[in-house]
Amino acid sequence: MNEIVAPETNDYKIVIEDLSVAYSDGTESLRNINLKIPANSITVLFGPAGGGKSTLLRTLNRLNDLADVIETSGHVWLDGKDVLDPEHDTIALRRKVGIVFARPIVLPMSIRQNLTYGLELAGKKDNGEYQKIVEDSLIAAALWEEVRGRLDDPAISISGGQQQRLCLARVLALQPEVILLDEPTSGLDPISTGKVEASLYELAKKYTIVLVPHSVQQAARTADRAAFFLGGELIEYAEGKKIFTNPQDQRTEDYVEGRFG
Amino acid sequence: MKSNNWTEAIITGLIKSAGYSAILIVGIIFIFLFREGSPAIVEVDLSSLFNLRWYPIEGYFGILPLLGGTLLVTIGAGLIAVPFGLATAIYISEIAPRWAREILKPLVEVLGGIPSVLLGFIGILVLAPFVREFLHLPTGLTALTGAILLGGIAIPTIVSVSEDALDAVPKTYRDASLALGATRWQTIWRVTLPAAKSGVLTGIMLGVGRAIGETMTVMMVTGNAPVMPRGISALFQPARTMTATIAAEMGEVANGSVHYHVLFLIGIILFLLSLIVNIATASVVFRQRKRAERILS
Repeated sequence: MNEIVAPETNDYKIVIEDLSVAYSDGTESLRNINLKIPANSITVLFGPAGGGKSTLLRTLNRLNDLADVIETSGHVWLDGKDVLDPEHDTIALRRKVGIVFARPIVLPMSIRQNLTYGLELAGKKDNGEYQKIVEDSLIAAALWEEVRGRLDDPAISISGGQQQRLCLARVLALQPEVILLDEPTSGLDPISTGKVEASLYELAKKYTIVLVPHSVQQAARTADRAAFFLGGELIEYAEGKKIFTNPQDQRTEDYVEGRFG
Repeated sequence: MKSNNWTEAIITGLIKSAGYSAILIVGIIFIFLFREGSPAIVEVDLSSLFNLRWYPIEGYFGILPLLGGTLLVTIGAGLIAVPFGLATAIYISEIAPRWAREILKPLVEVLGGIPSVLLGFIGILVLAPFVREFLHLPTGLTALTGAILLGGIAIPTIVSVSEDALDAVPKTYRDASLALGATRWQTIWRVTLPAAKSGVLTGIMLGVGRAIGETMTVMMVTGNAPVMPRGISALFQPARTMTATIAAEMGEVANGSVHYHVLFLIGIILFLLSLIVNIATASVVFRQRKRAERILS
């Protein structure tokens, strides 16, 4: 048996090595992706729809296990451990690698319960620290001021933008290390979008953030590093400033300048 | 423009009358029941009605054993049907692989369509002897036999309705819950079931309602002895339900006699019983729920 050795991770939080994912309907969603994601920064995955960005995100916390995936090959090293290893504890992984979806999915319970749900599942008893965690995560998601007086209202009763920030706060309450965001602002108005982005800049100081933006503009605004995906392949990966001003690949340039997509 | 208004008015009228006619029919049924049943209260004195002896030929009209029999058999059936039905619904909706789901769901629905007289037949031939031998009883025609069969009748309804409700919970909820580090079971228990609560309760209510109203099966397998159930041992003795009493005796009774009126009084009690079940469920479903939550489910 070949011993699989984790590559030197250095400062990279996540190292993706030769990752391919195929769905059971025959579509190959990702082909031989190699990507190193540094800690404490925002890494943006962008490109036209169907490029495999969401698949990549959902592979990082094994949420893709639930989809009709027929084959996943390659490695995803998180802190030197292979996430794709069948032995890997997905429950613990998902606590460590949180995700915010494109549409706000609040659970059918109160605002407070949405935040404490994950904690309770993790077996954390409420010895008085729940209130502080609720407050801290709402502050970090820039939502505290708006909901502080109605934490026990049903989460569905707040606006869409607030719900999305609640979803972000819910992830933060678990004190993860990596936050994945799949077009988190696609359903939001510009003001809410601004608030979410602002909290992302702040969060990037502490967390590793992987963001699929909903527009090239957002990609350019937020990216520390950016990866351009097209048809399941990684075309170009570079620092944000570089890829949006001086892309190396013709296809990246075409997309960034709005010639297609 | 004007003709448009007319058609609009006609359609609205039709829909309205359909809606009101449902209320009207329930009202008429109740008036009829009341007209036929209320004389019994005058004709038989209350001490006789609340007696423990049902022997109409001798003038004993104690309905308590019948009420007790119905409650015993129904509660027994509920205790069997609710856990099994819910578990099956959860399995079909949440756990079973797709091919199993596609076989199981229609199968359960076919099960719900089996005529109850057929089940009674199977009860007499298979279940009753089994109960007798397994528990060493003098007869297999007991309340327990009826409860098991009624449970079997209620299960398909509970499974079918609750499975629909569970299935209607958006997949995204499950994703969100799993993404927060929940196990599959925690997701079912904490998110999916609460989100489907009103549908699941409706299923239970319909199932138990069917058990209360079921006549043919219980008449065939419970032994029909109007004995007041006392304690848990009553399960292993014959019992008689209100529905079975009405069905068995209505054909032989003289129209307008005391016995006839008492049978209708039993009908009123049955009607009230199922009304109570309905109201109880509705109050649980809507209790402490804000509008936003109701829209959601």
